[in-house]
Amino acid sequence: MTDRRRLAWALGALMVLLLAFVVAALFVGSAALSPGAVMRALAGRAERESVEAIVTLGLRLPRVLVAVLAGGALAVAGVAFQGLTRNPLAEPSVLGVTSGAAFGVVLAQILGLGAGVADAVAVAAFAFGGALLAAVSVYLIALSPGGLAVQTLLLAGVIVGIFFSSAITVVISIVDFNRLGGVIHWLLGNLAPVPAGSLALFAALAAAGFALILRSARELNLLALGEEAALQLGVDAERLKRRVFLAAALLTGTVVAFTGPIGFVGLIVPHVLRGVVGQDNRLLVPTALVGGGAFLLAADTLARNIVAPAELSVGVITAFCGAPFFVWVLRGRSVRPA
Amino acid sequence: MSALVEFRDVGFAYPRPERRRAQRFAFDAVSFAVEAGEIFGVIGPNSAGKTSLLRLLTRVLTPARGDIRLDGRSIAALAHWELARQIAVVPQEAARPFPFTVEQLVMMGRFPHAPGRFFESTEDAAVARGAMAATGTLPLAALPLEELSGGERQRAMLARALAQEPRLLVLDEPTSHLDLRYQAETAELLRRLNRERGVTILLVSHDLNLAAELCDRLLLLHEGRVAKAGTPAEVLEQSLLERVFGARVVVDKTASGRPSVQLDWAAERR
Repeated sequence: MTDRRRLAWALGALMVLLLAFVVAALFVGSAALSPGAVMRALAGRAERESVEAIVTLGLRLPRVLVAVLAGGALAVAGVAFQGLTRNPLAEPSVLGVTSGAAFGVVLAQILGLGAGVADAVAVAAFAFGGALLAAVSVYLIALSPGGLAVQTLLLAGVIVGIFFSSAITVVISIVDFNRLGGVIHWLLGNLAPVPAGSLALFAALAAAGFALILRSARELNLLALGEEAALQLGVDAERLKRRVFLAAALLTGTVVAFTGPIGFVGLIVPHVLRGVVGQDNRLLVPTALVGGGAFLLAADTLARNIVAPAELSVGVITAFCGAPFFVWVLRGRSVRPA
Repeated sequence: MSALVEFRDVGFAYPRPERRRAQRFAFDAVSFAVEAGEIFGVIGPNSAGKTSLLRLLTRVLTPARGDIRLDGRSIAALAHWELARQIAVVPQEAARPFPFTVEQLVMMGRFPHAPGRFFESTEDAAVARGAMAATGTLPLAALPLEELSGGERQRAMLARALAQEPRLLVLDEPTSHLDLRYQAETAELLRRLNRERGVTILLVSHDLNLAAELCDRLLLLHEGRVAKAGTPAEVLEQSLLERVFGARVVVDKTASGRPSVQLDWAAERR
């Protein structure tokens, strides 16, 4: 089967999965709505102020969109960081990039930035700055003349992550609690509905990051040979690394700005997809977008319903899945001769 | 014949020693030319600068002084993909761990021919198949590189280089992981590429006898300088080799009339 056809099949199958999860997320929830009522709301035939319209169109649908966007963006960022570092365990939260972005958002909130679209731009910019700072720090700490060693990179990620988490704690401790609003809840990662204007901004930023990484997918394959070989095959390795770094930090920062730090999506989704479509980044990047969206949507639907009428943070679910998964991948690597 | 590659007074020094070596390696005023259509060998002791020369030629390193020209144009003015269309490198050892299959690896050789394209074209696939057929790696196409033996991996790297359809093929110790049969086959393949497709070949090797057998001309490097350039018979000369390598050697002639160099074990032991 050619790569093109394999991509089409994989994308088709993932779309079906995603659609099934979307339907489930729209019809299931703590508000007991009949399927008929949800259908009415979706078709636009329900009263504007009716319960089904408010729940379906005002709560569930925006939340579905946020989940799909955030999951897709995080999974693509995971593929990007893995390609850059040539390490399948690299991922925004493992590398501390998520914590960096979270620190940026907490700073923005102290400055009193609110929920309007203009403020959302500023919050996203802070998150992007934090993500970039963390990513570059990890990279420079781990870089040695021999390249990026797996263990050093992971340790550098842990250290940078701890640093930014501590910085967040310091800020939370010294600032008047009332000004922080929902920061604590936000820090656990939650997919509260985002206003339409901010959602559009979220989508636009995620699309920009995704496009940059998709464009670099073929070159990322060549980078797997090592920088010297990639150069000799015609890849401007420095430029490629800069571009992918920026794009991955943009994706991570954007997601953190709009949903809070959600971990491990970029680890779990690409790893499962590699088992299906192989190592080619040209197949991984687009399938990670759809697969990541489906995964986070499923996790969020679970988070909403598992302890209903209360609600878990989706970040808790992904962390519960991700931590054992990380161990599994790590062990799998260490048994195989390097 | 005209010069395809020309080093003009090239100087280079590593910013800091890569490993803690007694003397810091530097390249000093190296000048030579590789003519289009020839098989050119670069030989010399360890750390004479063979690999640095190769890295300078492929712009992995940038010279501190002098100029390197390809077809009369300075390579500093070429984009990496433009250079990769003309020069293909077969490295000493493939990167490991490397998760791709042989076919995917060989297809990567097509990158410089259409860097903007997302998937390779059917024409690219045909060229890649041809390269695998020429190197005997077609049966391995679907295997992950990690599962190959050292020799198979080296032939896969050669296939990738051929898929680049280069004018200059650069090989770094091409036969170091090959057994005798594949050494002979590789040498024959290189000769054929040179004769039939007019590919110019630059061979960096420790194996003086392979270089003598295969190459039209040799460049002998010693501590970052050109010790001698010329035909194998001119360069592989006993007193010169003994001075450069610091070992006693015997130079003989093979049945093909080329020089052959052996360590003089008896003299070394005395």
